Amino acid sequence: MSRSVDNLWLHRFACLTALATLALIGLGGLVTSQGVGMSVPDWPTTYGYNMFLFPISQWVGGIFYEHTHRLVASGVGLLTTILALWLFGTKSRPLLRWGGVAFLLLGVVAGIWLPGDKHHTGATLVLVGAISLRASFFWPNCAPASQRLRWLGVLAFIAVALQGVLGGLRVVLFKDQIGIVHAALAQICLVILCALALFTSQWWRNLPDKFSPIIDRKGLRSLLLIGTLLIFAQLVLGATMRHQHAGLAIPDFPLAYHKLWPPMDAASVTAYNQNRMEVEAANPITAFQIGLQMVHRIMAVLILCAVTFCARTTRRQLGARHPLSRLSLAWLVLIMAQVVLGAFTIWSNKAADVATTHVVVGALSLVTGVILTITSFRVLMPVRSASLAATPSATSGLETRKPAASSAE
Amino acid sequence: MKTYSRLLIIPALVAGLHVASAADITGTVTLNGTPPPEKVNDLIKNDPICGKLHSEPVKTQFYVVGSKGELRDVIITLKGVSGGSTGESAPPVVLDQKGCEYVPQILAIQTNQKLVVKNSDPVLHNVHTTPTVAGNKEQNKAQMQGGPDVSFSFPNPEKALRFKCDVHQWMFAWVTVIDSPYFAVTDKAGNFKIANVPPGKYTIEATHRKAGTVSKEIEVKADNATTDFTLEAPKPQ
Ligand SMILES: [Cu+2]
Repeated sequence: MSRSVDNLWLHRFACLTALATLALIGLGGLVTSQGVGMSVPDWPTTYGYNMFLFPISQWVGGIFYEHTHRLVASGVGLLTTILALWLFGTKSRPLLRWGGVAFLLLGVVAGIWLPGDKHHTGATLVLVGAISLRASFFWPNCAPASQRLRWLGVLAFIAVALQGVLGGLRVVLFKDQIGIVHAALAQICLVILCALALFTSQWWRNLPDKFSPIIDRKGLRSLLLIGTLLIFAQLVLGATMRHQHAGLAIPDFPLAYHKLWPPMDAASVTAYNQNRMEVEAANPITAFQIGLQMVHRIMAVLILCAVTFCARTTRRQLGARHPLSRLSLAWLVLIMAQVVLGAFTIWSNKAADVATTHVVVGALSLVTGVILTITSFRVLMPVRSASLAATPSATSGLETRKPAASSAE
Repeated sequence: MKTYSRLLIIPALVAGLHVASAADITGTVTLNGTPPPEKVNDLIKNDPICGKLHSEPVKTQFYVVGSKGELRDVIITLKGVSGGSTGESAPPVVLDQKGCEYVPQILAIQTNQKLVVKNSDPVLHNVHTTPTVAGNKEQNKAQMQGGPDVSFSFPNPEKALRFKCDVHQWMFAWVTVIDSPYFAVTDKAGNFKIANVPPGKYTIEATHRKAGTVSKEIEVKADNATTDFTLEAPKPQ
């Protein structure tokens, strides 16, 4: 009981979960890029099969992507569940034990009540129950992580579970809009898991010792936050564009239909659609979608400016060797790559691999922004509190703002 | 009113009435100008199963044009025709999935007429309807290789209701749903025939998925009527 669960292995596991989530976002992006999101009409079953028993010979065409996405998603769900339980340390044991018993009983009842062809549902429940019960006996018997970290773990679990349900609902309810929420929530899941990976790291714990607090004279913390929020808004915009399932609303770049600002009247839009020879079953283009892409382009310019400014300010304020400066430079590189990928998405007529890389680098840009912002709030002191506490008690003001991650030590 | 008109079309009754006073509308649709070139479908070529079902490269079929511009796949409809849909009693229309393509890709049915989707392929498809008119249901049905036919019908008229397969993202068909039996789709020679039209003044409309719509007024008397259409190929942008 003396040791905390907050150790190197927990950090490694959190990193693995975050990485798996990024891969899952890539896979989900690929499903949408290929336009195969509805290739498995049912959920949670796959063509009537228990999804884990769907024969590989039937993983044809788009099913390959959609089914792999579902399987990997189950894996991420499992990893997140384990991570959340791990953070509770020994406190998880009763939950695992009694949860396991509940699942076992539920499985037996389901096996008796459900018709013969649904027996695998009961079997799955029994299996989950047995594993959970067994795990409760050798589950780490150490002290739980700090309360805030535990709650973050629970939040990650809820977000990932909700994400799974949303993915299923998108399929069975035929709602493209759910796809947009599904894409946005995916980013939030990734952010939470990356934050967990950050908070469980040695680097994060040692940060205050290595870098003495600096007064944030240039408002860097707000700058980074604004840049990150802009990126999130851009990702939601991008998801909205992608989930129109209309292909490229504007087929050329940097101009739009050979103009700086494309005409969006009804006659023009009809002409755009008439001139398009779509090989894939894309929805017709609408003026709304053209407008959306123009806003996405403008936002890209805004973000590029914002992140360039952030990188410059960080460097000036903290010096080139400060981790925040290095990370914000990496951020800028990501954003530049993202702009190039965006252009190539259009030039390649939205080739699935290019468009999906654009999604993944977008997610990476967001995560980098979030890590930068969180870290800046840890190592930078607002001007006001610094001037208020220009006395020996100055550090105590900083102490209280430390995230609880370190308090578990 | 609707039940009254339905009663009118009880076949036995109508047959006698129509022969006496109904006429056919025939005509040809041609495309003026050069259509944009069709695209080669590389997706189908690269698919391990579907690629094997074709020896020739598969192309899109937006403009199926004869040597003199005869245009296939144009839907001809009559506006203002009385009588309403006879879809419920009309024979079913077949939409086949063959070589991982819909055959035909353009078709028209009546409201409430049964549309039977077949799978002639050695691979499964999902048949996914994506209507945009309220009341016509979006559905997504699995159809395994060798599986039974799947049936659809739509209660409301809709222009170009899309059927698609998401397993093979290039597979799509456009089904126009019309609340009357008076319509036709042009054949390879650009010809159409709307049979047994009751006498009257109508607007006759020709719609092609890419070349757009033209319409004109037509009066049908006791004799058969002829009318031709010319659609314009879109100007390249
Ligand atoms: Cu298919």
